Amino acid sequence: MIFFLAIASISERNMYGFEALTFNIHGGYLEAIVRGHRAGLLTTADYNNLCQCENLDDIKMHLSATKYGSYLQNEPSPLHTTTIVEKCTLKLVDDYKHMLCQATEPMSTFLEYIRYGHMIDNVVLIVTGTLHERDVQELLEKCHPLGMFDSIATLVVAQNMRELYRLVLVDTPLAPYFSECLTSEDLDDMNIEIMRNTLYKAYLEDFYKFCQKLGGATSEIMSDLLAFEADRRAVNITINSIGTELTREDRKKLYSNFGLLYPYGHEELAICEDIDQVRGVMEKYPPYQAIFSKMSYGESQMLDKAFYEEEVRRLCLAFEQQFHYAVFFAYMRLREQEIRNLMWISECVAQNQKSRIHDSVVYMF
Amino acid sequence: MEEFLDKLPQMDLMRSEKMTLVQLIIPVESAHRSITYLGELGLLQFRDLNADKSPFQRTFANQVKRCGEMSRKLRFFKDQIDKAGLRCSPRHEIEPDIELGDLERQLADHEHEVLEMNSNSEKLRQTYNELLEFKIVLQKASGFLVSSNAHAIGEETELHESTYSNNGFIETASLLEQEMNPGPSSQSGLRFISGIINKDKLLRFERMLFRATRGNMLFNQTPSDEEIMDPSTSEMVEKIVFVVFFSGEQARTKILKICEAFGANCYPVPEDTTKQRQLTREVLSRLSDLEATLDAGTRHRNSALNSVGYSLTNWMTTVRREKAVYDTLNMLNFDVTKKCLVGEGWCPTFAKTQIHEVLQRATFDSNSQVGVIFHVMQAVESPPTYFRTNKLTNAFQEIIDAYGVARYQEANPAVYSVVTYPFLFAVMFGDWGHGLCLLLGALYLLARERKLSTQKLGSFMEMLFGGRYVILLMSLFSIYCGLIYNEFFSVPFHIFGGSAYKCRDTTCSDAYTVGLVKYRDPYPFGVDPSWYGSRSELPYLNSLKMKMSILLGIAQMNLGLILSFFNARFFGSSLDIRYQFIPQMIFLNSLFGYLSLLIIIKWCTGSQADLYHVMIYMFLSPTEELGENELFWGQRPLQILLLLSAFIAVPWMLFPKPFALRKIHMERFQGRTYGVLGSSEVDLDVEPDSARGGHHEEEFNFSEIFVHQLIHSIEFVLGSVSNTASYLRLWALSLAHSELSTVFYEKVLLLAWGYDNILIRLIGVAVFAFATAFILLMMETLSAFLHALRLHWVEFMGKFFHGDGYKFKPFSFALISDDDE
Repeated sequence: MIFFLAIASISERNMYGFEALTFNIHGGYLEAIVRGHRAGLLTTADYNNLCQCENLDDIKMHLSATKYGSYLQNEPSPLHTTTIVEKCTLKLVDDYKHMLCQATEPMSTFLEYIRYGHMIDNVVLIVTGTLHERDVQELLEKCHPLGMFDSIATLVVAQNMRELYRLVLVDTPLAPYFSECLTSEDLDDMNIEIMRNTLYKAYLEDFYKFCQKLGGATSEIMSDLLAFEADRRAVNITINSIGTELTREDRKKLYSNFGLLYPYGHEELAICEDIDQVRGVMEKYPPYQAIFSKMSYGESQMLDKAFYEEEVRRLCLAFEQQFHYAVFFAYMRLREQEIRNLMWISECVAQNQKSRIHDSVVYMF
Repeated sequence: MEEFLDKLPQMDLMRSEKMTLVQLIIPVESAHRSITYLGELGLLQFRDLNADKSPFQRTFANQVKRCGEMSRKLRFFKDQIDKAGLRCSPRHEIEPDIELGDLERQLADHEHEVLEMNSNSEKLRQTYNELLEFKIVLQKASGFLVSSNAHAIGEETELHESTYSNNGFIETASLLEQEMNPGPSSQSGLRFISGIINKDKLLRFERMLFRATRGNMLFNQTPSDEEIMDPSTSEMVEKIVFVVFFSGEQARTKILKICEAFGANCYPVPEDTTKQRQLTREVLSRLSDLEATLDAGTRHRNSALNSVGYSLTNWMTTVRREKAVYDTLNMLNFDVTKKCLVGEGWCPTFAKTQIHEVLQRATFDSNSQVGVIFHVMQAVESPPTYFRTNKLTNAFQEIIDAYGVARYQEANPAVYSVVTYPFLFAVMFGDWGHGLCLLLGALYLLARERKLSTQKLGSFMEMLFGGRYVILLMSLFSIYCGLIYNEFFSVPFHIFGGSAYKCRDTTCSDAYTVGLVKYRDPYPFGVDPSWYGSRSELPYLNSLKMKMSILLGIAQMNLGLILSFFNARFFGSSLDIRYQFIPQMIFLNSLFGYLSLLIIIKWCTGSQADLYHVMIYMFLSPTEELGENELFWGQRPLQILLLLSAFIAVPWMLFPKPFALRKIHMERFQGRTYGVLGSSEVDLDVEPDSARGGHHEEEFNFSEIFVHQLIHSIEFVLGSVSNTASYLRLWALSLAHSELSTVFYEKVLLLAWGYDNILIRLIGVAVFAFATAFILLMMETLSAFLHALRLHWVEFMGKFFHGDGYKFKPFSFALISDDDE
């Protein structure tokens, strides 16, 4: 009896180092599921085979031997890249929904957090699209299915941020993140981009805080992953805002308030004027030195891929530990990367650009 | 001895079929037909010679892709036919051979036809549903408008433009275009939009409207009474009719946008009642028109689908076979000239002539000038295991295969299991009443065998049906054992004459205190019914069943050891006989074989000796006098001898074998220390693609072999104790079974029968029947089944069975035709 009380009190407090004792009560099944899913990720051998495909039907044939098989088998040929990507995403969404249905608190909240990023992207996509007077249905089709929420189509009604918030977003989990960008300014491209980054900043900080609260291995691993995400965003914001009218102060406001670069790196990034200065700042941080050392000066094309590779490496490491939630995050991210890879390969195959096929594929495992 | 062993008859089931590795060289023009015929024969297992190639790099990848595409179309037809509520006709025998290309064309035509009809009817259906919604909106919304009419306000009718743009009815489209014009007046600036929306979206819709107009609107709603099909998704949904009143142009755009975002369909409703009536009439007439058109379309489509459905099953089989043929062709290699396909595979030796005939027929039928070359090859890897089974033995073979597929030509325990398995089950389940119930069940399954084997059964039923012969034998044996135990639902019967015991006097007063006297020969078969209910019932039955279990166990384990001898002899390993089989035999029988001997002697002589005491003191003080426990003359020296031989047997089975192996190895590789010389002995003319590539020199690691032997010996020594004890489960389960059924009989049935109340009696009978059916017949059967399974897998097969073979999986149409759905 006392023993069970002790276990209960331990699991209440989430004491570090004791999660192994109680994790499997609620998380064991899902962890098993997610590790099973992980085994279904495409391997380097699969990618090598895919890269040799002559047309999209070959790709379908190869994928039919993988976990995507049942999703693609009823597609009539000729296939299109979009169909492949759509079906693969559908599988991801099905996996995610299955896990979400089975999850209990606090894991369900953790899983919900994973999709907020897509929600932000979708909101931005719809708002930008409306600004450029695109058709709503067309925009909705382009949205990532993980980031869908009920009233997403109503976003088109809004004219400015305040309205956006008051009409639609107040009902969504994104509402708290909006508190920082409530202006009555009309929406334009610049504002929307700032909104996206502000939202993302708030989201990442919130997620970070949530993971800290969870404690144990989850917080340890997620802190690392989220810090990397935050730093990557900081670098991207800096590079993208070079040469725009964004002031240094505004730029600094968009950086998330955690991560390896916080706070001194942010000070330096805020005043960067070209890519080489960014590089100079980043090379002071040993984990990022390796990424930048691969590139020649003045080059920013390969940066994305380098960051993706580093991310995949870190995500794969998350599977080395047991009894934590970061595997779910890692799995979702890896699957998304896999879908990006498949999209790139399919595009290259479809457009007969097979020489460029290795440019953007990030291998895992 | 040798002579006797050689003269033993061959047992077909005992060893798996002899297999041969064969090579086929097939000219390209007859390849397809040859493979098809081989698939019909189903006695050749192809080896994948292209294992390193990915599926789309193989020779016939294109054809496989085409087959995949065709089966997708067939799935589509099946889906459509199911949706339309039609049935595919079952497979019919007259099956004209269709060319793949023809079939492909036919399927494409049919698919095109069905798709076109679908899209046509979909458009119509959409229009129809929209009209239906319009009708409902007209009916429901007019209620609100009447009340608003009283206020004499202006109106405006709105229309969801896109709704009517594609219906193709020109005259009505123009009618509705007239409606597009804003209503006659907007004097007071109050206008309205009416429409219909999904029920589950209603709340959020209303909230959004309220927010967007800052509360300056009036929202009215009423449910549509029937479920209707949503025009865009064609699902049956519950919908709500709404009317929103608002003022101002800005609000209108906003509301329209929100309507669009929520998928709410807006329909114009005129304020004027006469106009309303006119519009309703028009909508109704168009609805009936459309209905007629739709019906005609459905009929047309159904007839088309029917014609597809007639041959759908046949097509499916054809495509599945074609795909299997091409998958098999993909396993073959091209030879150097690219004119022949080279295949390798395993076939049972007896099937060689059949295969030869089939190949000749294929050559003849395809008018090929060159015949198929078919020859036997040398194999390095071990061949697959193939047992020819029949309906009865198949279930038992499955039970053995569940543990592990026998090594090639290894002794097959399934042969003995056919009898020992149901018998051990029955020892635990001995009750001829329950046995009869099982027998009835098994007979039912057998009687309906023909019908059930064609049906698709549930997983549980499938299992029962698959094991029908196991159940039959189990029930027969449990009737037999039940007769021996003399139990019929735990009630003893005087079937084989009267009891051998009787009371001492006529009053029978001391029957339960002093006991009965035996007055004539023993009861002829099984347990004397007088034992039941007596004071010494349990001690008597326990002693009987316990000793019986040990006898059965020792017998079965000895059988296992003897089989290991036959295995060793078959594979020509005298080492295993000398250093494994003989000491094991000595060890087991000097201890537990001796115990069995004592049991039998005790039974025959009726001695009062205490066997526990004999066995324990045989170890503790073997030299001591046995005293009253002596069963036969010379028992003490015999015990000492047995004990000594058991002690000798342990090092015997441990040490010699690894050393002998090392010696053999040293001799074989003497002077071969230099690797280069050794490799020259490997023949250089090996074909690169053949199975002979793997001439790997075995590494000899003495310590590993020694540790392995150590583990093996320890396992056997400990195992012979624990396995013998394990057979006591026969006694334990049999005891549990008879006690349980006694409880149900006495404490439920007899107790309830004691009351003079029909209701209580009925309840008693019901509870008894329920307990008998579910607890005794189902749960007990299952547990006895599992225990018998364990006794076979662990105690029996552990003595000799390696179980590291792999199954023979021939390329056969009969096997592929039912595994896909």
